[in-house]
Amino acid sequence: MDIGTEQIDWDTLLEVQDLKVSFKTDEGIILAVNGISFSVQRGQTLGIVGESGSGKSVSTKAIMQLLPRTAVVDKNSSITWHRENGETVEITQLKKGGREMRRIRGGEIGMIFQEPMSSFSPVHTIGNQIIEAVLAHRQVSKQEAREIAIDMLDKVGISNPSVRVDQYSFELSGGMRQRAMIAVTLSMNPSLLIADEPTTSLDVTIQAQILELMNQLREEFNMAVIFITHNLGVIAQVADEVAVMYLGQILERGTAKEIINQPQHPYTQSLLKAIPRLDHLGKRLTAIGGDIPSPLERPGGCPFHTRCEQAISGVCDTQIPTLTPISNTHTVHCFLYE
Amino acid sequence: MLRYFAQRFIFMIITLLFVSVVIFIVIELPPGDYAERYAYRKLASAGQDVTEQDMINVRHEFGLDKPAPVRYFNWITDIILHGDFGESFLFNVPVRNMIGDRIWLTMALASTAILLTYALAIPIGIFSALYRHSFGDYLATFIGYIGLSLPNFMLALVLLYFSVTVLGSSAGGLFSEEFAEAAWSWPRVVDLLEHLWVPAVVLGTANTAFHLQTMRATMLDELNQLYVDAARARGIPEWKVIFKYPVRIALNPIVSYLGFDLGKLVAGAPVVALVLSLPDAGQLLLQALLQQDMFLGGAILLMISTMIVIGVFISDLMLAALDPRIRLGET
Repeated sequence: MDIGTEQIDWDTLLEVQDLKVSFKTDEGIILAVNGISFSVQRGQTLGIVGESGSGKSVSTKAIMQLLPRTAVVDKNSSITWHRENGETVEITQLKKGGREMRRIRGGEIGMIFQEPMSSFSPVHTIGNQIIEAVLAHRQVSKQEAREIAIDMLDKVGISNPSVRVDQYSFELSGGMRQRAMIAVTLSMNPSLLIADEPTTSLDVTIQAQILELMNQLREEFNMAVIFITHNLGVIAQVADEVAVMYLGQILERGTAKEIINQPQHPYTQSLLKAIPRLDHLGKRLTAIGGDIPSPLERPGGCPFHTRCEQAISGVCDTQIPTLTPISNTHTVHCFLYE
Repeated sequence: MLRYFAQRFIFMIITLLFVSVVIFIVIELPPGDYAERYAYRKLASAGQDVTEQDMINVRHEFGLDKPAPVRYFNWITDIILHGDFGESFLFNVPVRNMIGDRIWLTMALASTAILLTYALAIPIGIFSALYRHSFGDYLATFIGYIGLSLPNFMLALVLLYFSVTVLGSSAGGLFSEEFAEAAWSWPRVVDLLEHLWVPAVVLGTANTAFHLQTMRATMLDELNQLYVDAARARGIPEWKVIFKYPVRIALNPIVSYLGFDLGKLVAGAPVVALVLSLPDAGQLLLQALLQQDMFLGGAILLMISTMIVIGVFISDLMLAALDPRIRLGET
């Protein structure tokens, strides 16, 4: 039983069931995502938190079918997309660059990336790339597309948009670039926005501005958002629901309040302890002991047992913890609660 | 853009002036001058001794007794103001009459070789990058390395042999006998093209292999860039993603190499011309330098350098058109 399967109703936009992604490398097969399930509701924000290598980006790339050729999505995995008009599409069954997939990419699910600098082609203007996106998904003329582009740049808070539209990404500052990237994505009117660490490469004041902008635009466009970050502090500001990932598995899921206020899994607890807080100034931050195991040497049992202070020996290292409900909306994979 | 254009143009002129000075010095460098050769050939063969006075007379006759800066100045002003490259000591005719046709042929040869290079290297490079580690990729790389390592004269001999034994035509020269001295006409152009492919292939092969590897490597780099995935995530068709973004950017190094390419081709041309007995400028240059015919040699060197410098200028302009970071003065 999983929240995703419990809550199938018209409000569900995206359902991911038992997603497994592995990579063929010279050293062997790396299991990057190990059977995760989640769903996104219309107009809601799902935050996915995890360290680098936890598989959070890989799972969203699988949704967009943007994985490199070396990646293999397990055939029992399912990614179901519910269109506005009631149609359902099984994304794993679609051809990678086919017409159906391209209709979803951008037009229905938009994506923004961590590096706003390299998300734009250095030799094409910002406007060129927005117009291209608009023309790919909307039945408008070039002139209308250009007006949409200028309008969107204005909406994301870029001053003097009719000049900026003809500029190149290297002529904009980092924050402006990320705003422009948001403009590109929103100009196609998607119902789900995947934001892969959109504020990580920006400095803190700009981060706050971008987060506020995204919150505001999400309401205005009534979009659902999957927000990927390694920063639990950011998650608290944007997400309705949070999934905590570690080594390709979701360890804990719940509403943002539950995860922040009553974290159950030892991993979530230690992540929260590692956030600097104003009321704890002067104390040292608690780091999580040990390193993330190499994906080639995945530990058996619970993936976190090698670094867990509360690990039960003979249990956590041999058996895989099952899903345990804490509340209607809160679940955890941990033997402490079974 | 206009400022960039003007800037490059002025640089080109300055470069050409420097080049002309260097060429003049290089021609002056070898011990002895044409006067000595001339005097010994004329007088010694007639059984007379060459006296100091004879040398002075001959030098005066050729204007070689003036100081070097004056001679340089006379030489370069005649060229710029009157298009007069002086008279060949060796053949006693104005240099201009001798090299006109040959320079055109050298240019035709170089541009054909470059076009051939681009036409092969760019599409095969793109293919190799897109289908990396495929059979086609390995085959292209394999043939490329052979092309890169084969010396030009060797390839020229092989093609010569091949065209005589298999195609039954003579690949030597640039024209068939009936067109060699004829005036320019359409059939003569066709005849030229029929002969041009062998030297063009010989000259272009190593460069094709080089550019193929460059194109493949830059494409592989660019294909991994985030903006490619970002374009895919906008639902743009795959072929459009590839050709609009990474291919466009991967063309940059190829275009910026145009000037060097011309240099390499022109430098490689004389040997190929010798093997294939082509009446291009390279062969004449070799002769002029061996005989210390400085006006002839200088003129050819100057023409060839001008070609290269103009090639660099064109490649600068093309690069600016391709890449706004260059046009707008950013790095």
